[in-house]
Amino acid sequence: MNEVLLQTRDLGVEFAVSGGAVHAVRGVDIDVRRGEVVGIVGESGSGKSATMLALLGLLAPNAKVHGSASFNGIEMIGAPHEQLRALRGGRIGMVFQDPMTSLNPVLTVGRQIAEAIEVHQPTLRPKRVMARVQELLEVVAIPNASERMRAYPHELSGGMRQRVMIAMAVANDPELIIADEPTTALDVTIQAQILTVLADLRSRTNSALVIITHDLGVVAGVADRVNVMYAGRVVERGPVEELFYRNQHPYTAGLLACLPRLDTRGRDLEPIGGAPPLLDHLPKGCAFVSRCKVAEPRCHDVDPQLRDVGTVSVACHVAPAATSAMKAMKAVDA
Amino acid sequence: MTDLTQAAAQPLLKVRDLVKSFPVRSSGFRGGRGLVHAVAGVSFDLHQGQTLSLVGESGCGKSTTARCVVRILDPTSGQVEFDGVDLGTLDAAALRSARSKFQMVFQDPQASLNPRMTVGEILAEPLKIHHIPGAEGRERIRELMSLVQLRSADLDRYPHQFSGGQRQRIGIVRALVLEPKLIALDEPVSALDVSIQAEIIRLLERLRDQLGLSYLFIAHDLSVVRHLSEHVAVMYLGKIVESGTNDEVYEQSAHPYTQALLAAAPIPDPLIERSRDRIVLAGDPPSPIDPPSGCHFRTRCWKAQDRCAEEAPVLADPGIGHLVACHFPEVSNVIVQQPVDFRRPT
Repeated sequence: MNEVLLQTRDLGVEFAVSGGAVHAVRGVDIDVRRGEVVGIVGESGSGKSATMLALLGLLAPNAKVHGSASFNGIEMIGAPHEQLRALRGGRIGMVFQDPMTSLNPVLTVGRQIAEAIEVHQPTLRPKRVMARVQELLEVVAIPNASERMRAYPHELSGGMRQRVMIAMAVANDPELIIADEPTTALDVTIQAQILTVLADLRSRTNSALVIITHDLGVVAGVADRVNVMYAGRVVERGPVEELFYRNQHPYTAGLLACLPRLDTRGRDLEPIGGAPPLLDHLPKGCAFVSRCKVAEPRCHDVDPQLRDVGTVSVACHVAPAATSAMKAMKAVDA
Repeated sequence: MTDLTQAAAQPLLKVRDLVKSFPVRSSGFRGGRGLVHAVAGVSFDLHQGQTLSLVGESGCGKSTTARCVVRILDPTSGQVEFDGVDLGTLDAAALRSARSKFQMVFQDPQASLNPRMTVGEILAEPLKIHHIPGAEGRERIRELMSLVQLRSADLDRYPHQFSGGQRQRIGIVRALVLEPKLIALDEPVSALDVSIQAEIIRLLERLRDQLGLSYLFIAHDLSVVRHLSEHVAVMYLGKIVESGTNDEVYEQSAHPYTQALLAAAPIPDPLIERSRDRIVLAGDPPSPIDPPSGCHFRTRCWKAQDRCAEEAPVLADPGIGHLVACHFPEVSNVIVQQPVDFRRPT
């Protein structure tokens, strides 16, 4: 097994708001090994983006971050700004959801990629920088790279802009790429193109990739290992096939059961029911308890911690009986 | 279509050669005026009690088509016949009263509900416009609220006090309050998280069956469309490129664009997802201001020949039982059939 590149331990994020604190991330342990693709899935407000933004030092000033995140042995939480700046865009590349707001509208895309190179390799000659820019645009399969370098972001389509973002992210041969909903704003045929570009790049450079998404279909296609987040916690994690076929958490099972699928028709969708808890008014026990069909008394009192059950790790008191109990209930309904 | 008696009956909605163009200024400092052909000749039928989905990517004209049908937009040309009446021939007053029979639900329930009105006021608005007496209206609202599982007490609250899923329920009640026959649903679940999405989809199915509604469903999510509709029409750059029953379009698609769309839509199942044949289309859709000659899809099509640039293919049945607009149609199932169980045995 490859060496661990990124490791978070008990990572937490709180946002100070009037009248209290929003607990956006509550003790997250995530490992990313060299060369692997790690998926982080969850719905809005599950803390999947905040986790990654926290370790990159990119959260708003009202955020309080605690715990640990080490990259190659370097502690990132509380690290000096210069150190984080050197990592971001250098050894860690980032791709965000909306390329239009992430790109500077008054600079050509070539200039912006060049900037990303110059910041991290200040001694590189301008000619070499521009040659590298063109090479990067070719790597992300932008046609007529030498011409498109001179284009402004608004002159490019959404898919092309996202390719530019990816080119910037990989400009300095990062060991880790963090992609936060990289295809959410894109149409499905363009999404397929971008996922192909990311997969090609990853296998070519052997960098690790963390892909944050709400789309279980995307995760099924690209991830080696998956973390499912709910209300600021990882509630289940495991290798991708284990997580899809032998999951143990009622939330994971519920998510898969409520998804309509391209390849099946006439199956009844089973909504999870209810809504996630408010992050400033979390229940004492398990955060999923109010929506859980198999909750027991202890679930109301004690917040479950991640533990190994079968081939996955799961934060559920009832596992491994939880999903079989859900199945049995389903059989009774039918 | 599926049923002979139904096919013989008059469709509830009949759309013929619908065209909608918008004037735009072309690029450049003194650019001349141009036209975007958002909808470039679309025809379809929708029968009572059925759901027809228009699918396609951004800019394909699916929302504009729906907006022309419910007359939020006036079509540039073409006919929209609702319940046997050509809406284009109606004057403003007649159109207003006809409109109570076709309503719309919008994508973003946050933006489509007035934040300064209570839910009760929002729901009473259509009744006021259509002069439905207060007592009768209140009764209807109460019934519908319970039908979508909202409480009567919720009528005194404001939209921001509800979750996204609840707001979409309010949007649905507003559309239902005039007892319409047809509802145009424009991406009604795409702003919602998956666990909430399933509830709204179930609700829409239940309402359709209980109230005998017909849906014109606009969506880009092919999995949701698969689940919810009897008939599907795939649009590309203002035109329908393929249409048929749900199974025909999903399992026997013949248009290369349909096949590319289906192949690109992910399936949440790693073994299936990783064994599928990928069709990755090159490039982006061309601009609708200056669409390619002949077949609009030919610039991204791997089968394109000279003929495709010269002659626009007509939407017709090439002997496969459903309609395709392609010079070289070939039936293929690009999604793999799988058992229904979501947790496969170990």
